[in-house]
Amino acid sequence: MITLQDFMLVSAVLFCIGLFIIVSKKNAIQILIGIELMLNAAILNLVAFSRYDRVNNGGQMFALFAIVLAAATTAVALAIILNVYRRYKTIDADKINQLKD
Amino acid sequence: MSLVQVLFYVMGFITLGSALVVAVSENLVRSIFMFFVTLFGLAGLYVLSLADFVAVTQIVIYVGGILVLILFAFMLSGKETLNAVALQKNRFVSLSNLPALILAGLFLVVMVNIILKADISNLEWIAKVKETNNIIPVNESGINNIGINLMTRYLLPFEAISILLMIALVGAAHLSRKEGKL
Repeated sequence: MITLQDFMLVSAVLFCIGLFIIVSKKNAIQILIGIELMLNAAILNLVAFSRYDRVNNGGQMFALFAIVLAAATTAVALAIILNVYRRYKTIDADKINQLKD
Repeated sequence: MSLVQVLFYVMGFITLGSALVVAVSENLVRSIFMFFVTLFGLAGLYVLSLADFVAVTQIVIYVGGILVLILFAFMLSGKETLNAVALQKNRFVSLSNLPALILAGLFLVVMVNIILKADISNLEWIAKVKETNNIIPVNESGINNIGINLMTRYLLPFEAISILLMIALVGAAHLSRKEGKL
């Protein structure tokens, strides 16, 4: 049988890969992918624990809410990235250093 | 070793391997498409954890929605993006990546230590759940229960998130409009 520990180990590794991507990449879209990976690691934990809540389904519910929230976040973040590209002609996160042009 | 365990290891390997490829790949398009594979592997892990509805939602929303959005933004932001990615000489272990590697590695060590020491399978509430037989059984789909809970116990968060989703969509459309003509 798969134990909870196995799921949590997978999710910890996934979280660290997401952290590595966020810190090391320069492209804004790649940073966004790293954030999505970290979110998915958290959702995996919620789902793994939800097995022990048959009546209320707490874990699965909040996993669903987290997925929907991630979708909303991504839509807004990509709109912001498009705007930044229109102003600076680049989406390199190191080169965007002014609030106002 | 049972079949479920073998499947778990295969899914975990696919997920983590493709996530690593996302991290080290020099080509942005390739890393986006490997992110597809990561999400499918995660959906498989959800199924193995007996949450089939969450797995289907994951595939519909992430693969159908978010990845298409990411590809769309990538296509819209033009040639300079590709040039910037090509310029970035991206070895996994290079001097510029060393701080990120150390940070992620230390985080991993800390978290794995905590998980191994926490002894999760014998937590108090999980032992209680096992006594009262509140575990989702393997041969039963929990979708009926999810629907009933969504309309009774979790009705307020459900409505709140629907309003938030609408606000976010309007905001995204407002942010990405052409400037000048209001």
